[in-house]
Amino acid sequence: MVSSNGDTPAAADVIHTTDLTKVYPGGVTAVDGMNLTVYQGEIFGLLGPNGAGKTTTASMLTTRVIPTSGRALVGGIDVVKQPAVAKQLIGVVPQTNTLDRSLTVWENLYFHGRFFGMGARRSRAAADELLVKFRLQERAKAPVMALSGGLAQRLMVARALLHEPAILFLDEPTAGLDPQSRIGLWEIVGSLHESGQTVVLTTHNMEEADQLCDRIGIMDHGQILALGTSDELKRLVAADTIVTVTADGDLERLAQVLRDDVTDVDATTILDGMVQVAVRGSDRVLVRVIGAAEDAGFAVRDVQVAPPSLETVFIDLTGKELRD
Amino acid sequence: MYGTRSAVRSSRIAFGALLLRDLVVLRKHLREFIPRTIVQPLLLCFVFLYVFPTIGTGVGGRGGAAGESAFATTLVAGVVGLTIMFQGIQAVALPMVQEFGYTKEIEDRVLAPLPVSLVALEKVAFGAIQGMLAACIVFPIAAVVHARSIHINLSVHWAVLVTLVPLACVACSALGLTFGTIFDPRNVPLMFGIIILPLTFLGGTYYAWTTLSPVTLWGVHWLQILVLVNPLVYINEGSRAALTTSGHMTLWAVYPALIAFTAFFLWLGTANFRRRVIS
Repeated sequence: MVSSNGDTPAAADVIHTTDLTKVYPGGVTAVDGMNLTVYQGEIFGLLGPNGAGKTTTASMLTTRVIPTSGRALVGGIDVVKQPAVAKQLIGVVPQTNTLDRSLTVWENLYFHGRFFGMGARRSRAAADELLVKFRLQERAKAPVMALSGGLAQRLMVARALLHEPAILFLDEPTAGLDPQSRIGLWEIVGSLHESGQTVVLTTHNMEEADQLCDRIGIMDHGQILALGTSDELKRLVAADTIVTVTADGDLERLAQVLRDDVTDVDATTILDGMVQVAVRGSDRVLVRVIGAAEDAGFAVRDVQVAPPSLETVFIDLTGKELRD
Repeated sequence: MYGTRSAVRSSRIAFGALLLRDLVVLRKHLREFIPRTIVQPLLLCFVFLYVFPTIGTGVGGRGGAAGESAFATTLVAGVVGLTIMFQGIQAVALPMVQEFGYTKEIEDRVLAPLPVSLVALEKVAFGAIQGMLAACIVFPIAAVVHARSIHINLSVHWAVLVTLVPLACVACSALGLTFGTIFDPRNVPLMFGIIILPLTFLGGTYYAWTTLSPVTLWGVHWLQILVLVNPLVYINEGSRAALTTSGHMTLWAVYPALIAFTAFFLWLGTANFRRRVIS
């Protein structure tokens, strides 16, 4: 199911993992033999439900979780053998606010630069520059406690970029943000892409993955089930129309009826009170589906038609919904 | 492919920068640091060495002014030891409990380009600096706050002072690291109730360890033996050796015991720290 990812063979690997596995004490396998390559300059998304292993993958790549087996290289450096070297190449924006509460907005940036070996003058200049770039200059002297969720997030992104990392990790970057801040963050990621920054993004938000990522790895149960561009992934679903039928009664039987009576049906999936039908071609599809259902005695309450989405791909791969 | 520094160089720079950050924060919070440091020793000296002798219930009063002075001499050295120990708790343990449990700042700090055990050791180094600063502030206060009738027999033994105080500061800071990585915000009151109070009351602040020999049960000096597990005993006895002419435990016991405690708490605290930030 894993699609080819060799359309940019000239680009250098920033991340390369071989059979990367993490089994937590107690026997839970969070990541199961992952082989992953992330190329320079791309925005790579790990998409999956909570518990799929996205955060564990990102944590292994950022030295916070030690793999049980396998290997992970960041910028050619083994993250297990040389964590102090690998960390120089990594910028991380975690899910929780980890800003330094004892320091001001500006000082958070300045000291981050110093931790990463920048001299006083260079760190000061970089902090000033990023405050302007991230429109935080008016808050330079404010305590970080005074920042809203969206501004704190923006400052964490600025901080993670200050030492010019080879790779930026964004862990569920818009979870808990208001819609305006979410759009603001998406704009930032867009501009990072233009400047050539390599980014790994974990998310369970399909829209986010669809909009931002060059390539997406769909994850579940610690494995990458499919990998490719958004369009490549959508093509994995052979159908080009997805009809969702809401009806009362025995949905198993309804699914059977639709498979038997409607031509060009690829697959049916039963979801919460609905049957999703993947159909090749869109010619009179609505009429054909409703007709078949009503003829079989079902009262159809609602019908929706849509092209395949990443959600369809996910359902196709796992048989379950990817809920927000 | 990418420009990186060696692990050693990167660690050295990051360690220095972490220390610089902590010193800047300390400078910002001097107004909190000073009262937090001096209130307890000031009250101890005021009540035991001024109020009690003045109202005629001075500790050691059976021996007259000489007995009260002997007690005062014992207490002044003990107050310095106690201050160093409280710095370990206040400068390392409590902030760390907060950082692990609530602010999560530690999660960012461990992403700095140095081994995580050095992030923990930096906290110990910074705690030790605060301990030394606190000892310098408290000693003059302890030496002058007392009733007129009392004479404190101070005699500074420099060789002991400049080796023992830094060692005691590192020991207490390492103890703070151990506590800070064991307790979570919910059970901080437990830490004070069942660990810190016994440590301080049975740490030889108010009496010299050598004077405990009359406390016996079936001929066994049980208290004198029991308190040997308390690191504060060695700090206070060492403090007595460094600052006063009063009797104290032999330095041949004080130094090895303190070094052993320091090594043990550094090992335990660092291992706990690693366990909490790396899985």
